[in-house]
Amino acid sequence: MNELKPMSEDVPASHERRRFIGAAAATAAGLAIAPGVILVEVAHGRSEDQAASSAVRWGMLVDATKCATGCNDCVTACSTENGWTPVGESAHPKQAPQWIRKLELQDPLTQMETNLPMMCQHCAEPPCVDVCPTGASFKRADGIVLVNRHTCIGCRYCMMACPYKARSLVHESLNDTQKADVPRGIGCVESCTFCVQKVDRGDGNTACAEACTAAGHNALLFGDMNDPESEISRRLRELPTKQVRADLNLNLGVRYHGI
Amino acid sequence: MASITFREVEGSSLKYWLLFGGLGLFVLFGALAWNHMHHYGHVVTGMDNQIVWGLPHVFAVFLIVAASGALNVASIASVFNKPMYKPLAPLSAILSLALMLGGLLVLVLDLGRSDRLIVAMTHFNFKSMFTWNVFLYSGFFGLVGVYLWTMLDRNVKTYSKAAGTAAFIWRLVLTTGTGSLFGFLIARELYGTAMLAPMFIIMSFAYGLAIYLMVLAAAYAWTGRTLGDAVMMRLKTLLVVFVAAVLYFVVVHHMTNLYFTKYHAVEAFILRDGGMFTTLFWVGQIVIGCVAPLVILLSGLGKQRMWIMIACALVVLGGVAQMYVTIIGAQAYPLDMFPGLIEKSSFFDGEVHSYTPSVPELFLGLGGVAIALLVTVFAIKVLRLLPASLDDATVAKLEH
Amino acid sequence: MKRILALGAVVLTTAALAWAGADAPPKAGGAPKPAITKAVKGEQCVEDTDYMRRNHMKVLDHHRDQAVIEGIRTKKHSLKECINCHASETTGSVAAAKDDFCVSCHSYAAVKIDCFDCHSTKPQGSAAMHPLNAETAHYKHKLAAQATSRVSAEEMAGVAQ
Ligand code: SF4
Ligand code: SF4
Repeated sequence: MNELKPMSEDVPASHERRRFIGAAAATAAGLAIAPGVILVEVAHGRSEDQAASSAVRWGMLVDATKCATGCNDCVTACSTENGWTPVGESAHPKQAPQWIRKLELQDPLTQMETNLPMMCQHCAEPPCVDVCPTGASFKRADGIVLVNRHTCIGCRYCMMACPYKARSLVHESLNDTQKADVPRGIGCVESCTFCVQKVDRGDGNTACAEACTAAGHNALLFGDMNDPESEISRRLRELPTKQVRADLNLNLGVRYHGI
Repeated sequence: MASITFREVEGSSLKYWLLFGGLGLFVLFGALAWNHMHHYGHVVTGMDNQIVWGLPHVFAVFLIVAASGALNVASIASVFNKPMYKPLAPLSAILSLALMLGGLLVLVLDLGRSDRLIVAMTHFNFKSMFTWNVFLYSGFFGLVGVYLWTMLDRNVKTYSKAAGTAAFIWRLVLTTGTGSLFGFLIARELYGTAMLAPMFIIMSFAYGLAIYLMVLAAAYAWTGRTLGDAVMMRLKTLLVVFVAAVLYFVVVHHMTNLYFTKYHAVEAFILRDGGMFTTLFWVGQIVIGCVAPLVILLSGLGKQRMWIMIACALVVLGGVAQMYVTIIGAQAYPLDMFPGLIEKSSFFDGEVHSYTPSVPELFLGLGGVAIALLVTVFAIKVLRLLPASLDDATVAKLEH
Repeated sequence: MKRILALGAVVLTTAALAWAGADAPPKAGGAPKPAITKAVKGEQCVEDTDYMRRNHMKVLDHHRDQAVIEGIRTKKHSLKECINCHASETTGSVAAAKDDFCVSCHSYAAVKIDCFDCHSTKPQGSAAMHPLNAETAHYKHKLAAQATSRVSAEEMAGVAQ
């Protein structure tokens, strides 16, 4: 949000535009008080007995131009929050689950390098949900794609179907090392949950985005894409973004800028 | 039409029990392998988060596809009304049931949570091809079971044709379904084709018939019953047609893919740079599975029973190689999320994934094969499935 | 009627699970009685003890479906809260040792559960062996008044009816 461009005068001041200006001013005020702190979007705190609602669509904006080479903070934050062993510490790296990973891209012709985190894209039309035989893979009303571990039979069909290699099977017993609010276990498939435990607590942010902001990179922005007032919606309107493998037409919840 | 006497196999000889025991031993090994995998988790297998379906799936899908093909002989008899095939039909039906059972067991025992089978039977997502296959497989058991019953029980014999036709249509749908399991995976380049389903059907014909021929010949040789050349040669010709058709489909499949630029990389991987997968494709699937059997069967060698058996065995081996290339090769080739860019990550993005099957996986797969054969061996002992004799004279009478 | 249904459910689950969990040792009538430890935290369970003994699985199942699928994460009937209250003061867990709350009954009844394949058996934020953590530390005074009761065979039989 520190990146909001000042409004130039040649932009027609439509109704919409004026709304942004107001919001931007408010944000700026917030920043003046506590620099670097993202305002919690109060509108999304729902009470604990309220079901997730389809009025909300959680999403993330990844600004690859700000994602630092060699930085792994989002990955570490995810593994700490959700309790999965970082691949470097695993005895079986190829079988170790990874909810989020840093992807390094290079154009063989121009040598241009790009850095970005890759995780479950929380597709609006998720192939993993389509293929899951038991319905264990499902999309929550607010767009978060999850695995219900009570009905997952570990067939791995969803792993075959996901175009982003976002899913992992837990290959061995976790021996009670799980976090109390992130159940995960042997024989079931898992992937990024958009920190659903944090979202339901009303944090309105994910561990990875928090870590990225804390490190001062501000490459990750989490929020409600359905709310035109939200920071992420504003940014998405301004920045040119792409969906990875847009040809598949899956309407992704994660949008990338600078790829 | 002359009538044929069906008789149970006596099954009291030492040889029978040795065979029975040997197969039983492999079933036991399979069970132990499952126990091991279930106890420790998939960490003891060669499968990982890159190659998520491994050797068990190769065996399972091969058995399921072959099961549908093994029903061919029965279908020809009832649906296409060829009297010569009638006496061969009961064995064809039981073999197909047994292969299906073996395949499904392997598939199910490889689940990450194989203890939750009950969940798979009670929770359905009707958008999933897998769910449809669950119904297709159960329906297959039902229909082929009824069909077998109409063949064995004189009272319901009149329904045999209806049941046979139903089973025939069902298993065409079933193989289409199995093929579509892969065809619906938009993420994987190698599967992005409508050719997969028809290709699986024609492959099922070839694999199923090859297994059928071997079982038939073995059953007759080991029980000392006569199996005339008329039957052998007829089935052999059929096999030639099927194997040639498989070859044709494989060629067309790859040629079509080569036409589209976006498939070039994955095709180059399978056909040229894939190391082990390329070898398996050319040597296993093409040479051993198609060319060699065709040469044997079409040349003078094809007149000798021994060589026919060898050709059948080659077709089966080639079939397993084909499944390996189709299932594992497609996963070994990295997902292309950013076409044109080089990808790198700690999650092995952009790398060709290697896979080494582990011992438990192998034995789980072999256990499935063993159980299929064990069921067949037991069934021909307790049910009247095999004609007492299939000598040329008896068979010739059927034709008139 | 309800009792018959409950009995049916218990028998069926037991049979099914005993069949599924072939590695669970068979329990004869003379097995040691389960040790039911009083919860560290709180005076009273969210439901009657009697009701909970018979129906905790239904209550938990219902809550879990709501929590996972709809995101309704109320505290009442949540497994996490059960664990917060019932974790043993020695192991800090409900299922680490054979006398811990969940395990002691379940092994007596030979009903295999797979909750803890995925769920942590310890309260949130607890260090491995600490019975009380930041969230539950203020219940420390209760530890003194703590009593471990052995359940009689009649009581257990009552559960099965
Ligand atoms: S990215 Fe993969 S795991 Fe995530 S919703 Fe899409 S298909 Fe499913
Ligand atoms: S592994 Fe689990 S979540 Fe994935 S398709 Fe199978 S049952 Fe569904």
